Amino acid sequence: MSRCGAGVRSRADPALDTLVIQALNGLASASSLFLVASGLTVIFGVSRIVNFAHGSFYMLGAYLAWTLVSHGPLAGLGGFWGFWGGILLAALAIGLIGALAEMTILRRIYRAPELFQLLATFALVLVVQDLVLLFWGPDDKFGPRAPLLRGAVEILGLRFPRYELFLIAIGPVMLGLLWLLFHRTRFGILLRAATQDREMVAALGVDQRLLFTGVFFLGSALAGLGGALQLPREAVTIHMDMAIIVQVFVVVVVGGLGSLPGAFLAALLISELHAFGILAFPRITLVLVFLVMAVVLVLRPHGLLGREPEGAPPASEAGQPLPGPAPRWLRGLGWAALALLLALPPFLGEYPLILLADFAALVLFAASLHFIMGPGGMASFGHAAYFGAGAYAAALLARHLAAPMEAGLIAAPFFAGLVGLAFGWFCVRLSGVYSAMLTLAFAQIAWSLAFQWIEVTGGDNGILGVWPSEWARGRLAFWYLSLALCGLGVWLLRRAIHAPFGMALRAQRDSPLRAEAIGIDAFRIRWLAFALAAAAAGVAGSLFAYGKGSVFPSSLDIPRSVDALLMVLLGGVQTLSGPVLGAIAYAGLQEQLARLTDLWRLVLGLVILALVLFFPSGLAGALQRRRGA
Amino acid sequence: MLRVEGLHAHYGRAHILHGVSLALAKGEVLCLLGRNGAGKSTTMKAIMGLVPPSAGAVLLDERELAGQPPHAIARLGLGYVPEERRIFAGLTVSENLEVGRRPPRAGLQPWSADRIFALFPALATMRQRAASRMSGGEQQMLAIARTLMGNPTLLLLDEPSEGLAPVVVERMAVAVAKLKAEGLSILLSEQNLGFAAAVADQAVVLESGSVRHTGPMAELMRDAELRAKFLSV
Ligand SMILES: Nc1ncnc2c1ncn2[C@@H]1O[C@H](COP(=O)(O)OP(=O)(O)OP(=O)(O)O)[C@@H](O)[C@H]1O
Ligand SMILES: [Mg+2]
Repeated sequence: MSRCGAGVRSRADPALDTLVIQALNGLASASSLFLVASGLTVIFGVSRIVNFAHGSFYMLGAYLAWTLVSHGPLAGLGGFWGFWGGILLAALAIGLIGALAEMTILRRIYRAPELFQLLATFALVLVVQDLVLLFWGPDDKFGPRAPLLRGAVEILGLRFPRYELFLIAIGPVMLGLLWLLFHRTRFGILLRAATQDREMVAALGVDQRLLFTGVFFLGSALAGLGGALQLPREAVTIHMDMAIIVQVFVVVVVGGLGSLPGAFLAALLISELHAFGILAFPRITLVLVFLVMAVVLVLRPHGLLGREPEGAPPASEAGQPLPGPAPRWLRGLGWAALALLLALPPFLGEYPLILLADFAALVLFAASLHFIMGPGGMASFGHAAYFGAGAYAAALLARHLAAPMEAGLIAAPFFAGLVGLAFGWFCVRLSGVYSAMLTLAFAQIAWSLAFQWIEVTGGDNGILGVWPSEWARGRLAFWYLSLALCGLGVWLLRRAIHAPFGMALRAQRDSPLRAEAIGIDAFRIRWLAFALAAAAAGVAGSLFAYGKGSVFPSSLDIPRSVDALLMVLLGGVQTLSGPVLGAIAYAGLQEQLARLTDLWRLVLGLVILALVLFFPSGLAGALQRRRGA
Repeated sequence: MLRVEGLHAHYGRAHILHGVSLALAKGEVLCLLGRNGAGKSTTMKAIMGLVPPSAGAVLLDERELAGQPPHAIARLGLGYVPEERRIFAGLTVSENLEVGRRPPRAGLQPWSADRIFALFPALATMRQRAASRMSGGEQQMLAIARTLMGNPTLLLLDEPSEGLAPVVVERMAVAVAKLKAEGLSILLSEQNLGFAAAVADQAVVLESGSVRHTGPMAELMRDAELRAKFLSV
């Protein structure tokens, strides 16, 4: 969220003219944000898919526009047509790419559980990241100025770029055009109808496939346009996708999923907040934005202008019984693996031991997320917050109090658990996508604190020197410590699932009404489960920190949360061995791929796509089915 | 015109229809009767492809419908009016009709908004009204009107009288009779015997997902014992 607007600012004296310029900056940002957010919200309205890859389409739009404007055949035209033709062509091309993605991948998973769809779109993110690197390289790209809109105008004695004024106008104009599309064309009316009840639309003879492909074309083209229009404003970089997708999620969720006017309003709110936040509280702008999101969602769980989804919710996984005791062969395999893990390491080198310890922490991290997703039926997009809380608890103790590892390992679950209690109190009240988005918001707040509160956390430079105590400094000893603690954590989580607490947890997941009727306080149960999972993630985080000897804000950023999601989903949500298998498969795959090829994201993305399309119940589910068949 | 043979259907693992068979001749009204939960709505959904039949045949003019997606079945001439109406609440009356509109069908007088408003004059005065702000009766009319805009040759009408005041039920019966008089074939589902008797030619009585009786509607109306056995609550 580091988009500083243009214009002249003086922080010392926020006089009226500065405030006006800052408000205008906010409006320009709001327009760009709305363009991208409108695409996401339109796609969600019809397809109910939260498209992580939307940010990637935005980034692709910017790169493609850069190529078209400065290198393509159009560039030869130069001037007006060279520039604006390139921008529009880029938007259209991105629309086509979005439609293609819908036809080849997303179409097959409309009936899959929400999280699987998310997984598939995240795989697209990975694929696009590497493709962009492959085609355009890692260097930032700078576009030309826009013809006719070069230079600045004078407002209250301060210079304000023309292009920003143009952007300010684009937002409302696009809102108007979209309104016309949705109210004055047959396609738009069908889309609105499908947003409400797509089955009924089909029963009236409308081929939904065309609608869906159409809506992906429209939404992706809007993302592409949003990206292309950034060209004269800021450098095109390979980090644009993640930066924008988080902002856009915030806008869309605050506005109300599926609501265009809501997205417009939220884009204004968030952008102005950001613009003025920089004046008033330059250090906590990021926290501010996510705080507003949290407040909005607590007060209006469906966003500013969102409505509670009517009619039948999309088919979700029916409540599944707790998997019985693991089949004999699996248990045998587990014991054999444990024996190997105990007996083999003395013969291993340094590097494999480091890897093994990392894997152990990741397994516990995945198991903790699985605890709330599987038996709890909740989703978290921000589980890294608790992993990071544990890591930072250890690191802060080491840095500020010179505390030994033992103290850090004990403090980590308590600290992470407390953070979990605090964040969970808000998150577990909501359900589905909104709850997941709130977890994301809180994780971003935590990340912003780690990133911006430099005095305490060291900011981007992290905290170094987080070493284990003397006795555990050897790689072998540290591995046994990791194995013991993570094994204990996973075992305790499994015990909790089988205990009355776990039964109550599953009861509220399967049938909230019935659970309430037999006296289960669903809120309390969910809240406690959330905190418990957070504490377990904290242990994993602290071990990870001691293993690396350092902590950085990346230990609680979005990619790490996504890692956890991928591990759980790969393993399969409804099996107990899932998170273990998933963590090992995912981390192992990533590790191997990173060593084999520079394009590991591409390969990993393709592998995930293949898994989602062919093994929708995860690895453990697939194994069990094979045995059962 | 419509022939259903040995139709089976499941919701998840629950086996709901156990070999339903029925035949409907062109221009006729056939009424599905049966207590709550007998399987009337499920039969319609299975014909429409909304609940994919797990076995059996659905033939429209000897063309197999089973296994086709709902939109294809609709395009072949089936018009479905669900029991819950499922009008698009956020859309206006005109927009709801627009969603249902399909190209004219050879040999049929095409439906237009004007022709709809002639059939349901109540709707004519509220073209721009949001469907969410309509009474139950008006919503039912709109649901039928929306489906008619697709120029169906066969109408699946699921309990059109449900939850309506007696006066409105009567008006609905008049409208259905008018549609029948214009040559539309109708598969009706009803619990209101008066309504059914007023418009139906044939009756099929369902119980627990199986056909228990097939015969002319008039015969069923004469046979009090039969009615007591399958229909009284
Ligand atoms: N979505 C569903 N999932 C599971 N079972 C269902 C579902 N819909 C209906 N059923 C079951 O299928 C059976 C038949 O239902 P159906 O709706 O076809 O009955 P009906 O004859 O239309 O009843 P009514 O007169 O109440 O409308 C019932 O036992 C019902 O409980
Ligand atoms: Mg029914």
